[in-house]
Amino acid sequence: MDLRYTDAEQAFRHELRSWLEATLPNLPPKPSPDDWPGRRAYDTYWQRLLFDAGYAGVDWPVEGGGRGSSPVEELVFKKELERAHAPYVGVNFVGLLHAGPTVIAEGTAEQRRRYLPPILRGDEVWCQGFSEPDAGSDLASMRTRAVRDGDDYVVTGSKIWTSHAEVADYCELLVRTGGDDSRHRGISWLILPMDTPGVEIRPLTTIAGSTEFAELFLDEVRVPVSNRVGDENDGWRVTMVTLNFERGTAFVGDLLEAIELLVSTVALAQRTGAWSDPGVRRQAGHLRAELDALWALTKRNVSQAARTGVPGVGGTFFKLAYSETRHKLGEFSLALLGRAGLAADDVEGLDGNGPLPAETMVEDWLRGISLTIAAGTSQIQRNIVGERILGLPKEPAVAAPAAAGAAAPAATPS
Amino acid sequence: MDFELTELQVDLAQGVRRLCEGRFPLEQVRLVESADRVVDRAGWRQLGEAGVFNLCLAEAAGGVGLGLADAALVFEELGRALVPGPLVASHLAAGLIDGADDGSVVVGLVERPDPAVPASGVHPVVIEHLGDLDVLLVLSATGISSVDPELLGATRLNRPMDPLTPVWTVPALPEGTPVAGPEIAAWWRRDGAVLTAALQLGSAAWTTELAVGYAKQRRQFGRPIGGFQAIKHLCADMAVRTEVARCAVHAAAVTVDQPDVGDPLVAAAGAKLLADEAAVTNGRSCIQVHGGMGFTWEVPAHLAYKRARVLATQFGTETELAESLAESLTGS
Repeated sequence: MDLRYTDAEQAFRHELRSWLEATLPNLPPKPSPDDWPGRRAYDTYWQRLLFDAGYAGVDWPVEGGGRGSSPVEELVFKKELERAHAPYVGVNFVGLLHAGPTVIAEGTAEQRRRYLPPILRGDEVWCQGFSEPDAGSDLASMRTRAVRDGDDYVVTGSKIWTSHAEVADYCELLVRTGGDDSRHRGISWLILPMDTPGVEIRPLTTIAGSTEFAELFLDEVRVPVSNRVGDENDGWRVTMVTLNFERGTAFVGDLLEAIELLVSTVALAQRTGAWSDPGVRRQAGHLRAELDALWALTKRNVSQAARTGVPGVGGTFFKLAYSETRHKLGEFSLALLGRAGLAADDVEGLDGNGPLPAETMVEDWLRGISLTIAAGTSQIQRNIVGERILGLPKEPAVAAPAAAGAAAPAATPS
Repeated sequence: MDFELTELQVDLAQGVRRLCEGRFPLEQVRLVESADRVVDRAGWRQLGEAGVFNLCLAEAAGGVGLGLADAALVFEELGRALVPGPLVASHLAAGLIDGADDGSVVVGLVERPDPAVPASGVHPVVIEHLGDLDVLLVLSATGISSVDPELLGATRLNRPMDPLTPVWTVPALPEGTPVAGPEIAAWWRRDGAVLTAALQLGSAAWTTELAVGYAKQRRQFGRPIGGFQAIKHLCADMAVRTEVARCAVHAAAVTVDQPDVGDPLVAAAGAKLLADEAAVTNGRSCIQVHGGMGFTWEVPAHLAYKRARVLATQFGTETELAESLAESLTGS
């Protein structure tokens, strides 16, 4: 066990840090959170800067046009970006973290040539059409139907939790090509151009008031058969293969942000005098221990991915523990805001020492609530730990036929 | 950066596990339940031969010269096997007390109550394993002193909470003979916290396995109870708690060995806090998964739970650890 970075890893860090220092001051101002065209322009501009500097697809294999860095370099990359408060991956999320890696692993040469470079350059934006209103945790029960008609599939159904749908060019779409009861054996993975006739987008507003989600309605949408990635009815496996691209670094930025939030929450407690309460200090101490341990778990997962090439089971442990810790942190900071937390506005404190950080803390508390739900609820994650890791018997099947891997894949927040 | 175990570290841990399985199987360990003395002297020397006590002692001083990270892996295995006796104290004392390093002398440790803590004026002084000790060391902020166990006028308590941790009480702790100063006392506190956390980690891992094994085999309503989410999720939470604590303990031990990667004191406090919590909560969950059988003396779940409670009082309580971690978040 060695926690020191090698000379090569240090050199990578220094080079990246210099580039960030030179680049970040010249970024345009951030668009407002609900200005989706503005956000697309901002996020894709940032992606283009990364591309021109050779940092696009740090974790993508070289064959896919990426940098082919080790998982440890990827960790360093994400840590440095968070440290410098660089822009987030934003609307490029699905393309860079899910659709792109799927095309690399399972696409034809033609599909790779067509779709990968525009993702890396920030020219094209993707969204994800996996979950359905009636197929959430039980993703394999999805019903969006694709029927062959000549060289096309004709797709009818609906999808939900489709982030960035309004500004996306393509959707990675899971459709039912097998029989009604074929479950995970009858699913195909399609590339859907979002400007195809019959695609309707209805935005969903989250409890945080944000609008990144949408519902997608598909009415006899024609998708060329040549847009299928992988074999017909093999889409479940295609989706699972992509999960192996996750190398334990998915939450690096988030985790470092949580540590910053804890520090600013402690500063708030000191300012209000709540810090003299041993109960408050005790909560802060526990949160520090948990966040440090999660950082260590991240390093363990990354090290495992570096050795074996696959992320292992640590990601599930991480998600379960992190989402609970994040809830606690959210509740902790909200309690310390007191009645200043009744609005997500930074209101001037009566002590004359400037505004209280209600905007960050209230928003963070609300967004944190999604963590035990998105990308596989904590209940599904506990089933995965219980069944796949501890070897406990599966839940008895109720209506649907018993299926191997019956739990939903830990799909990325789409 | 490679936070996975090296091959040597895997071999080391497996070697100690085999030693524990061969020399300290639970049915044998349980034979001394509720006895005055629970340390098996021959077994203790075998632990010494295996390097349990002199692992971190420099080679020039007759030790193995390995780091605390290696020792943490060893102590995880000892904790898993519920090996009784003052393991951490004897390890820390290697190099300071003759014979501690090879297991021929059994060294115990007690912390001198801090007069600044109000409860120290109320709580009696309780000492573990006194009947087994050749040497008793007293740890305080100003240093470490040695007292003669025979001259303490100690009273054995009749009903020790952990049947494998006999306890005594003494009217007062004498000054004793100084054997080390404040610097060594400080690193004993830190390394003692990490190694005790490693014992707790081993216990948390073991109770998880015990609970999962029972949940697979025990049938109710016509199927194994582990198939029910109510039980499955309890077990899953035990596994998660263990893994998070494992990373904290390993990181703390590595940080002591490689202080340029972080603050060893903060890492040690965090590791002890989480490992205590994992051992105690998993011990409790393990009893719950066993249902009524879990409340019997026969099922060993209570032994792990009780040991976890004992270790949680050593080298930093929850309150002390959380306070020191809170302190680390201020003024930076």
